[in-house]
Amino acid sequence: MQILQYLINGISIGAVYAIIALGYTMVYGIAKMLNFAHGDVIMVGAYISFCVTNYLGLPAALSVAAAVVVCTLLGIAIEGLAYKPLRGTPSLAVLITAIGVSYFLQNAAQLIWSSSPKNFTSVVAMEPISLADGQLVITGEVLLTVCVSALVMVGLTLFTGKTRTGKAMRAVSEDRAAAQLMGINVNRTISTTFAIGSALAAVAGVLLCSTVPTLMPTTGSMPGIRAFTAAVFGGIGSIPGAMLGGILLGIIETFSKAYLSTQFSDAIVFSVLIIILLVKPAGLLGKQIQEKV
Amino acid sequence: MKKILNNKTRRTNLMTYLLVIVTFGVMQSLSSAGMLGSSMKGFLVPICVYVSLAVSLNLLVGICGELSLGHAGFMGIGAFTGILVAALLKEKIPTDALRLLCAMGCGGLMAGVVGFLIGIPVLRLRGDYLAIVTLAFGEIMKNIIGNLYAGVDSEGFHMAISTSKMKMEAGAKYIINGPLGATGVQKIATFSMGFVLVMFTLFVVLNLVNSKEGRAIKAVRDNRIAAESVGINVTVFRMKAFVVSAFLAGMAGALFGLNYSSVTATKFNFNTSINILVFVVLGGMGNILGSVISATVLYVLPEAMRSLQDYRMILYAVVLILVMLFTWSPKVKEVTSVMSDKLVRIFRKKEVGTNE
Amino acid sequence: MNEYSKKMIKVPTMNLFREQDAGKLPVLDVRNLGIDFGGLTAVDGFNITIGPTEISGLIGPNGAGKTTIFNLLTSVYQPTRGSILINGVDTKGMSTHKVNRLGIARTFQNIRLFSEMTALDNVKVGMHNEIKCSFISSLLHLPGYRKAERLANQKAMDLLDFMGLADVADKKAGSLPYGVQRRLEIVRALATNPSIILLDEPAAGMNPSETTELMHQIRRIRDTFHIAIFLIEHDMNLVMNVCEAIAVVNYGRIIAKGTPDEVRANPAVIEAYLGREEEA
Repeated sequence: MQILQYLINGISIGAVYAIIALGYTMVYGIAKMLNFAHGDVIMVGAYISFCVTNYLGLPAALSVAAAVVVCTLLGIAIEGLAYKPLRGTPSLAVLITAIGVSYFLQNAAQLIWSSSPKNFTSVVAMEPISLADGQLVITGEVLLTVCVSALVMVGLTLFTGKTRTGKAMRAVSEDRAAAQLMGINVNRTISTTFAIGSALAAVAGVLLCSTVPTLMPTTGSMPGIRAFTAAVFGGIGSIPGAMLGGILLGIIETFSKAYLSTQFSDAIVFSVLIIILLVKPAGLLGKQIQEKV
Repeated sequence: MKKILNNKTRRTNLMTYLLVIVTFGVMQSLSSAGMLGSSMKGFLVPICVYVSLAVSLNLLVGICGELSLGHAGFMGIGAFTGILVAALLKEKIPTDALRLLCAMGCGGLMAGVVGFLIGIPVLRLRGDYLAIVTLAFGEIMKNIIGNLYAGVDSEGFHMAISTSKMKMEAGAKYIINGPLGATGVQKIATFSMGFVLVMFTLFVVLNLVNSKEGRAIKAVRDNRIAAESVGINVTVFRMKAFVVSAFLAGMAGALFGLNYSSVTATKFNFNTSINILVFVVLGGMGNILGSVISATVLYVLPEAMRSLQDYRMILYAVVLILVMLFTWSPKVKEVTSVMSDKLVRIFRKKEVGTNE
Repeated sequence: MNEYSKKMIKVPTMNLFREQDAGKLPVLDVRNLGIDFGGLTAVDGFNITIGPTEISGLIGPNGAGKTTIFNLLTSVYQPTRGSILINGVDTKGMSTHKVNRLGIARTFQNIRLFSEMTALDNVKVGMHNEIKCSFISSLLHLPGYRKAERLANQKAMDLLDFMGLADVADKKAGSLPYGVQRRLEIVRALATNPSIILLDEPAAGMNPSETTELMHQIRRIRDTFHIAIFLIEHDMNLVMNVCEAIAVVNYGRIIAKGTPDEVRANPAVIEAYLGREEEA
């Protein structure tokens, strides 16, 4: 029963990683950039939700909506101001700019909300479900997180597979120049991708802070790196890969904390990543591309 | 023709050395004349450390063309090895400077060995994937160092990864105490040794770049397949760059560790790696002199903006973004080139005018 | 030597060779070479023997598998079937850089220079394995390093001068005109002291006068360095003029082999290039 409980907890935290990883993976697939500021968008989303419920006293659902709107706009703004002018330059230049944006968001948050941790109240108001005489506890957060991530995953798959914009995104990620020649507005497509990624980050932020209730300006950075690892794990650029990677990462993390060592859980998680990459250099579901001579 | 070429690189190298020597001379005399504030004095060693970290990372990122996000990990290995060695040799080598040198050497060696061991599996990967794996290794190293215990009692030296396995005598002093890090470190780092470190780093990196080894490393960066086709073993050269870079980072880390009375492993995290990378990119990829200057300026900048208090880091972020936009954006480049063309034209007209 | 006697070039054979190479060990001996990509057979049953001072050509329509053959010869791809012997040594399982040390060097269809480095440094990278100077000696710039560098500079300049590139020695390779870049790639290949060089479309993108110049240079390379040259080219004028023997491939198989005149008259070749008359 114990093992089942750990599995549930692992899937729950993994589902949060998965939602963040989806944002990373979509942006990487389309803009071919490592957006290190993504983790900080999560933090902004959580703060917005926190402010709306605590200062304005509005219901939780509204706070989530507000977080999504603000983060979407933030994502579009970041892309337009900082990344768009650097399109076509070496990826390292964009990477450093992303780091600059990350510093900016963290320090702006510190100015606005101060560095002292805030106690985030969960957006879920539901009694935990007790199964098997209380040996197995499923909290409302766990249920919500898993449902939301499944919904997001299905939604994104349908979106990229069926809609015009989604198909345009796939085309741009495959070959930007060819997509442009086919009449696809590449700039708008990239911008849309950032908007979607950031909206997902807002949702992830709220879910993350509902599960782990401390909120600080640096709240987003470590889950950001973890989720990024998850994206690579599953094969960066692949939507099901991000989902799989996130959930697996969550499970590995929980299990290694429970059965192997609490202190070394970081080392264990990252070692697994390295081993996976050595065996499958493009990640679990990634495509291996051979250089043409 | 080739003489001009040789002289050109030689001139740049000479300028780099000269700049470091002159700066050291000026700072040293200012310091001994008591004209430096205590905060500025405190910057001197870290600046040297970050300059050599930036130069060694530039070898990997700029010259070899491989993005590494785990440089701080090697720095951490060097720091903790250095602290251990310095503490253990306290009686055997009473001279501070000599003990410091030993500690730096051992720190470098340890980092180099770890770099080699990591390199064997990892250097098969390329590009973004290599970057991720170096990030992962940086975090693993930080995690392991942060749970390391070491100390000396009457039975000798003990080292373990948990307190229960230490079996130390009651009351014996820990040199490294797990998550609390190394405490009670004797601060033996000096600005002069920092200068020696920077000069040594420059000497190794500049010599390497201008040798057949450096050419091979650059060839691998520019075109891997072509490099293989002319008989260059790509893995070997990526490994050489990786190990040398790790070795130098380890040395710098040892100096860094011995500059503070207490050091924790969290200091050597992802953010530190990123900071060093920022120095390298802003200084110019493959541009060693640029790394020296940008590491110095960017280290001092946030400290010099202390009067701005809470706003300084946000300003630093803005400056960083703007610098990237101005140096890389094609549109900005276009505007600046048009402007400079106009300036040149105006200048030329004037010149023609005076000639007539 | 006896061991190899059965592999020696005999006169007459069906292979490509120059009469003066008779009785010598072939520099390149390829037997029944083939490679499959997934289910697709890209090259199959490819046989060729090239003598130590022979200039031979490999022609065929686009997509016939010519560059794939070059990639197999230089171990960029590992063959599915067959064997490649360079100077009598089987290259099975060897990596590209090892094969180069056996004496095979190449140029690329889509130029692959070290574009951020100077022309001189490009050539010196080619001489890498020849420059005798230890890692420590390079790191510390010991006297041995200086001597080795001086010798390398001299030889690299001589090689550049040989192809008429001495005055671009200190220019960045990426900034040079197309034709110059192609010639620089040849110099870089020569710098590895090969016994055979593979030229992948050396005249592509060159104007007629440059192409004529290139023809003379190819002959001069053979006559000066006494090495074999194996080239892929679409410019029939160049191929027919400079090559002593030609192999024609289509769909990954050799369809004709022989002297330029024989190949020109071969109906299979005409069909491969122009299509069958009934179809037209």
